[in-house]
Amino acid sequence: MDDDAPVIYGLEFQARALTAQTAETDAIRFLVGTQSLKFDNQIHIIDFDDENNMINKSVLLHDAGEMWHISGSPADKAVLTTCYSKTSESRVLTCAAVWRMPPEWESGSHESPDDSSNNPQTLELLCHLDNTTHGSVACVLWEPLGDGKRVISLAENHVLLWDLQESSTKATISSTATLEGKGQLKFTAGKWSPHHNSTQLATANDTAIRGWDLRSMSQIYCIENAHGQLVRDLDFNPNKQYYLASCGDDCKVKFWDVRHINEPVKCLEEHSHWVWSVRYNHSHDQLLLTGSSDSRVILSNMVSISSEPFGHLVDDDDLSDNEESQQEDKGKEPLQDSIIATYEEHEDSVYAVEWSAADPWLFASLSYDGRLVINRVPRALKYHILL
Amino acid sequence: MSSATTPPDSDPSGRRRVHSMLKLYYGLNEEGTAAEQAESLDPCDINGPHFDPEVYLNKLRKECSLGELMDHESCMVKQIRSLDSDMQTLVYENYNKFISATDTIRKMKNDFKKMEDEMDCLSANMAAITEFSARISGTLQDQHAQITKLSGVHTLLRKLQFLFELPARLNKCLELQAYAQAVSAHRRARCVLQQYSHMPSFRGIQDDCHVIMEQLAQQLRQKFRDGGSSAKDLSECVELLLQLDEPAEELCDKFLSHAQSRLEADLQGLEAELKDSAVTDTGRGSVQKTSPGSNPVSPSSSSVSNPFLSPTAGTDILEFIDRGCNEFVSSLCLVIASYQELFINRPQEGELASKNIPEMANGKLHVFVDTLAARYFSLVERRIQEEKGVGDNSLLVRALDRFHRRLQAITKLLPGSAVPSHGTEIVVRAARERIKQYLSALQTFYHDSLTDVRQALAAPRLAVGGASASGGGVTSKDATPSLPELLTSLSNFILNQLKSVLASVHLFTAKDITFSNKPYFKGEFCSQGVREGLVVSFIKFICQSSRQYCESAGDRGGSTPPALLLLLSRLCLDYETSTISYILTLTDEQFLVQHHTPVTPVTALCAEAREAAQKLLNHYVKVQGLIISQMLRKSVETRDWVNTIEPRNVRAVMKRVVEDTTSIDVQVGLLYEEGVRKAHSSDSSKRTFSVYSSSRQQIRYAPSYTPSAPMDTNLLSNIHKLFSERIDIFSPVEFNKVSVLTGIIKISLKTFLECVRLRTFGRYGLQQIQVDCHYLQMYLWRFVSDENLVHFLLDEIVGSAAHRCLDPSPMEQSVIEVICERG
Repeated sequence: MDDDAPVIYGLEFQARALTAQTAETDAIRFLVGTQSLKFDNQIHIIDFDDENNMINKSVLLHDAGEMWHISGSPADKAVLTTCYSKTSESRVLTCAAVWRMPPEWESGSHESPDDSSNNPQTLELLCHLDNTTHGSVACVLWEPLGDGKRVISLAENHVLLWDLQESSTKATISSTATLEGKGQLKFTAGKWSPHHNSTQLATANDTAIRGWDLRSMSQIYCIENAHGQLVRDLDFNPNKQYYLASCGDDCKVKFWDVRHINEPVKCLEEHSHWVWSVRYNHSHDQLLLTGSSDSRVILSNMVSISSEPFGHLVDDDDLSDNEESQQEDKGKEPLQDSIIATYEEHEDSVYAVEWSAADPWLFASLSYDGRLVINRVPRALKYHILL
Repeated sequence: MSSATTPPDSDPSGRRRVHSMLKLYYGLNEEGTAAEQAESLDPCDINGPHFDPEVYLNKLRKECSLGELMDHESCMVKQIRSLDSDMQTLVYENYNKFISATDTIRKMKNDFKKMEDEMDCLSANMAAITEFSARISGTLQDQHAQITKLSGVHTLLRKLQFLFELPARLNKCLELQAYAQAVSAHRRARCVLQQYSHMPSFRGIQDDCHVIMEQLAQQLRQKFRDGGSSAKDLSECVELLLQLDEPAEELCDKFLSHAQSRLEADLQGLEAELKDSAVTDTGRGSVQKTSPGSNPVSPSSSSVSNPFLSPTAGTDILEFIDRGCNEFVSSLCLVIASYQELFINRPQEGELASKNIPEMANGKLHVFVDTLAARYFSLVERRIQEEKGVGDNSLLVRALDRFHRRLQAITKLLPGSAVPSHGTEIVVRAARERIKQYLSALQTFYHDSLTDVRQALAAPRLAVGGASASGGGVTSKDATPSLPELLTSLSNFILNQLKSVLASVHLFTAKDITFSNKPYFKGEFCSQGVREGLVVSFIKFICQSSRQYCESAGDRGGSTPPALLLLLSRLCLDYETSTISYILTLTDEQFLVQHHTPVTPVTALCAEAREAAQKLLNHYVKVQGLIISQMLRKSVETRDWVNTIEPRNVRAVMKRVVEDTTSIDVQVGLLYEEGVRKAHSSDSSKRTFSVYSSSRQQIRYAPSYTPSAPMDTNLLSNIHKLFSERIDIFSPVEFNKVSVLTGIIKISLKTFLECVRLRTFGRYGLQQIQVDCHYLQMYLWRFVSDENLVHFLLDEIVGSAAHRCLDPSPMEQSVIEVICERG
């Protein structure tokens, strides 16, 4: 059975921006934004057919500029935000906008993919997250589990909370926070916490990780020198509200309990270059995905600091999904923290990794040369976790 | 004629016949007569009784010739003649004897007649005497009985007089303190008094005696209790008291409690000293001077021993132990000896024997000794614990030796006692403690040396006079110490320190130290204590602290100077190659370690050291790479690449990178060997340059530079990547210069690449990157093991920059070369 074999999709352009279509829970779908200064940039909609192990793609034009970040709305699967750079008067500025995919893309793409690539449809602009006064936007974050009405953009050293009104066609800043300090401070990454009623935000700038309370727009904690060098990415544990993973240029992945910020809970040092992206699995938070500029993607099993340190509590829904193996009553010993697999399909730096929103056992990784690789969690581990 | 016929053998038989006839005559019945009779049946036997001359003659005539007959005849005549003469002689002799016998008998007859008369006279006299004697005895009988009775009364009276005089006598003895006499007198009278106590007069005497003896016993006890009495007096006292039926147990207790009070005084003296030395009061000296006289608690004995106590400085441990030995242990021995003399070893006589005193006394003694010794030990231990300074170990060892030696006396005196073994335990504990102290001292020393090295590294340009003082000779000249010098001096320092510590510890096992032949000091002390606890732990500590440098410094922003990392790495490597095995061999030789218990093998330690060295070197690479990376990153991030001007120069930061790399190269070269390069890289820069330019050429004609072919954007670089090995950026390096430099350059260039990818370039931005990369290529190739690596990474950088360029029009190669050569 070659189910575990990776599926590779090549883009014509270099790309950094990858996201799962968050609101889509049936189809396995990833969005990739390209990065090209000379050609029209595109958003590739990658549909993965799990049964046939095949990829279907659709292409939408994104003519505003090269994309640095892309993020799908949690409420409306047709809505997404991008951060793109715009060159005007010899000045490069990264802007952000909310877009809507044209309704027809889905119908046409499956039947004639050639047509869609030849004659790609264009995204419909809903609104700009106007940032002329705040500088380049590093990323845009949707309110997790929200109704798709609130986004946060990180622009230079500002946190901007936007309200989207009138079917997202109008964006107004509802509140802002500014990071003050010496030097030119700049946010590199951020994550909106799904816990605490979505009132918390974590940001990274240089080597520090900061927590923000969105109600008061004030800093609640700050992990100075979280990493030896630049912090590249953050992710919240979806099941443990105080746990946070971070990665950075010191090749390390660190796990933090934000109540005890002096020392990391755990530290992984498996990559041999900067780690650009870290993602918790949405359902099984022991599974952790990291992508690095050493061209590797590493899937780790961090059982000891997960919400299920003693294995999975029997869940009927999961069992019914896997009826063929539910009879087995294995004597399970607690798993150790370990590297599950190192994926070496990429040949250039991997800047983004993402779990599928629909299938918790599936993930995609994107390297700079435009190669998207879709992989699965190894079957043995999957059953071990489920049973 | 007949004699001639006699055979020669007939001669003895003839003689025998003569004898037998004589015997016959004297009435002697000889044995063998029967045989003679049988013999004599032969009628021809001339000596036989049945001899028949006729038969004989006939026989001779018939048998013999004439000659023979003639011979026989002459022989016969000769024999007859000799027989005749014999006969005559015998007759004469007997006759004379007979005459003399007759004379004697006649004389005797006369003498006996006289004697008979005298005897008659004597018997008459005797009869008279007997008669008289009987008469006398009869008269004297009465008087004799009277005398016997009188003498009996006399004796009794004397005894009574003794008794009546006894109280007075006892009193007198008491006055004269002649206790022994009094006791013996009393003992003599005691039974009688006891027996006749029902009579009032005797009773009175007895009571008097009792009172007096009570008084006496009181005095004895007093004396016993009195401290000043000598041992001999004491023993006398005890003996007398025992004779006075004083309970032995009580006496033992008293004796011991008395001894205890004195020993306690010794102990208090020791304790006071302990406290004094603990108090670091400036006025302590004067306080101590006055204390012996004024302090009421201070026992009289302490004033005697005060000369031992140096009033100016805190007594050192040897003095303390000395004092303890001289005062406490020796008096304890004395007490034990006299006690044993008194209670245990004394000959048991009379009723005392039945009470089983020795056993009881022995038990008491053991308890007594154990309690006191325990207190003493606790004091000694406290004192030993105060001994923190590790400067002079010999003092401690000598003190322990003395301590242990003196305890042996107790072993001799008290064979079953646990005290000496406790003492040995204390020594063992002290030794263990000592090893720990030495370990921590070594660790502190190591840290201090590192701090010195750090200072020397941090302030190389400053005058080294100040640093050298604390560095203990790190630098004695004006020039800054070079890395190899620092390394050798550091490693020498550590080694020397370790050696001196080993020498100090070795004192514990010296031959002349009494406890050195204890099993602990022969086995465990050497293997577990010194080898494992000290040497191995120290080596492990070095490795561990080195590793800590890697971990703590990495996160907290490079607080450790990279040169120190390099130095430590080399140190650990040296340890791995030679020093560890040298140190352990040295230890094993010095301590003759017999490995009863498993010990850490040399290989494990070497592996650890190597691991530490590797880690340090990796970290060094990381730190140095980071420093250069930071420069490059800042230079890329802070520049506006879109609106830059046409490049005229190599950017200063690139020159700086090359400079830094060169200085790192020099630094590493001081400590590490060159290492191996790929074969072709030993060529001149000219050649490499051409290789580089040709690769540039390829890039220039590559589709990625031509905007018309979007699908082939990455084709070339992808193909290139397919066939080139994956480059691990932060990978472990080898222990040589080239590998280290390769690691650093890899890290730097990869950072450069990643930063370039995050930026957008204008036309001149791209050209500037081209110029910079070419410049780096010109200088960096010589540092790395495989120059293709540099080519590849630089190609990537330029390629990425071209991708990120809004107006990609590359600069002419020749122009680039001109700019780069201009500087």
